[in-house]
Amino acid sequence: MSVLEIKGLEVQVTTDDGPKDILRGVDLVVRSGETHALMGPNGSGKSTLAYAIAGHPKYHITGGSVTLDGQDVLAMSVDERARAGLFLAMQYPVEVPGVSVSNFLRTSITAIRGEAPNLRTWIKELKESMNALQIDQQFAERSVNEGFSGGERKRTEILQMELIKPSIAILDETDSGLDVDALRVVSEGINRVRATGETGVLLITHFTRILNYVKPDFVHVFFDGRIVRQGGPELADDIEANGYAQYTAV
Amino acid sequence: MTAVTEHEVSLVPATDHSPQIRSLDLADFPALVGREEEWRFTPLARLRGLHTGEIGAQSPVVVTATSLGGATFALNGPKDVTRAGFTDRVATFAWTQIADVATLTIPKNTQVAETVHISIAGTNGVAFHQLDVNVEQFGEATVIINHSGSATFAGNIDINVADGGKLTIVSIQDWEIDAVHAGHHRVRLGRDATCKHIAVTLGGDVVRLLPSVDYEAPGGSAEFIGLYFAGAGQHAEHRLFVDHSQAHCRSNVVYKGALNGDGAHTVWIGDVLIRSNAIGTETYEINRNLVLSGGGRADSVPNLEIETGEIVGAGHASTTGRFDDEQLFYLESRGISADEARMLVLRGFFEDLLNQINVPEINDGVRTRIEERLAGIR
Repeated sequence: MSVLEIKGLEVQVTTDDGPKDILRGVDLVVRSGETHALMGPNGSGKSTLAYAIAGHPKYHITGGSVTLDGQDVLAMSVDERARAGLFLAMQYPVEVPGVSVSNFLRTSITAIRGEAPNLRTWIKELKESMNALQIDQQFAERSVNEGFSGGERKRTEILQMELIKPSIAILDETDSGLDVDALRVVSEGINRVRATGETGVLLITHFTRILNYVKPDFVHVFFDGRIVRQGGPELADDIEANGYAQYTAV
Repeated sequence: MTAVTEHEVSLVPATDHSPQIRSLDLADFPALVGREEEWRFTPLARLRGLHTGEIGAQSPVVVTATSLGGATFALNGPKDVTRAGFTDRVATFAWTQIADVATLTIPKNTQVAETVHISIAGTNGVAFHQLDVNVEQFGEATVIINHSGSATFAGNIDINVADGGKLTIVSIQDWEIDAVHAGHHRVRLGRDATCKHIAVTLGGDVVRLLPSVDYEAPGGSAEFIGLYFAGAGQHAEHRLFVDHSQAHCRSNVVYKGALNGDGAHTVWIGDVLIRSNAIGTETYEINRNLVLSGGGRADSVPNLEIETGEIVGAGHASTTGRFDDEQLFYLESRGISADEARMLVLRGFFEDLLNQINVPEINDGVRTRIEERLAGIR
């Protein structure tokens, strides 16, 4: 049982016009086994929250705290955060030419589990996860994300999540750019991870579409760098019917 | 990788780049000032006088040949006066300084099954050397030449592959970090002869190699593969000249290099000339550079001049990419440390090249040495 606790988080980015406040005091608790949907319009700071938790150097923490099971996440390097149990499925997964998917995944799994996986079990595990996400086996030998379509990249992100088995997974707009079939396949992947009960999911999206497949326990409305409303799944229905404007009026 | 620098792709006719002087007499070469086309990337001040003749105390390299099989090796053969003139001032200087010539011979119709090893070890002084590798008609061999130790070294290798001969020759520059190495590696191919020349440059303060090929009859095939790694402050330069002067010959040049740290400088020049009579030529050259960290500089200049349209194909490509912060973040976010991430990317970058080199004796060693270099071990 893991707990990610975000308290009063404030984050700045450096722009050409000087520092700019993006997050203005975010409070959120995600426990393993729970699914939280973080919804909000474009530019509200949702992705900043995801990248700040993962430790992207572009984001400067100016206040607040983030802990995982009481440990100070903000004091950890990016790779330490991943080894501690945090996972970020990125909105724009990066191409890494020359590094094959299988080599990348094996290196990652070895780092996270602290030992190299048994080769035979590993190949089987990889194959099953790829099949479940309808990823062609040939992708294992292709360079990471190089020449992948948007949908292929997102599926590969979920593949990584399934193999890594994080205690807390943040999925940053994993649904964007997916057609109906791909959305279903990706959602099934997320649901398999949820079904283990060992991963807490923070699903960042601005559409309610994915929530038809991945049912959240909690819904948070995000606007202007903070959470402005919290509720159950019914909140998503309300957003679908009435839009964000009712929560975002200044 | 993001393409960040592609310093220049010269469209100046290659005849402007092809050698103007061929001589065994140093007096035929004007003194260098550093602005000459073929020297403009080289840090002359770090050549320790190889370019001026004002050199320190000489201390010969120790040369040994092992695993000869059916090949023969003469360490101190006579110096001839009939060979083709060199086109490079330092190569010519080396010629004027040597007293004898070492010769490896692969006799006619002999296939040397074992890989021949030649070690050239520096002894902390200035040294000059001339090695001839002669593959007689239909002879076949694989030769690995390993340069090690420390030296200020000017050494030429003349590689002659007679009709139907087949040679794979690997030159490994695994010098100590303070070594200086200048060398001209001249391949001459007879009818239907094949040579695969592989340069692996890992160590040394300055390494400047000039691999070239001349075709003496139709049907020759030359492959040049290069792998280089320049750490902080190192200069690794490879200038190739492929002179298609005969019909129906092939050439393929693949060079890849990685730079790690401030002041790392690599230079790759690929001059390919297809003369008007060289119909049926097939040539391709590619250079890829990867900047792993720091402010290194990769100069990459392919020059292709075609004097006849009746060819099978000709092409070139050059890219320089940087392992950027977003790629690093992505790999780190999967639990991989920054050092491991660079290693992963570097291994991937060189893997296909190592497969192309396909000399099992060196692949593991080169992998290990690259990883040691990346980890900062020498």
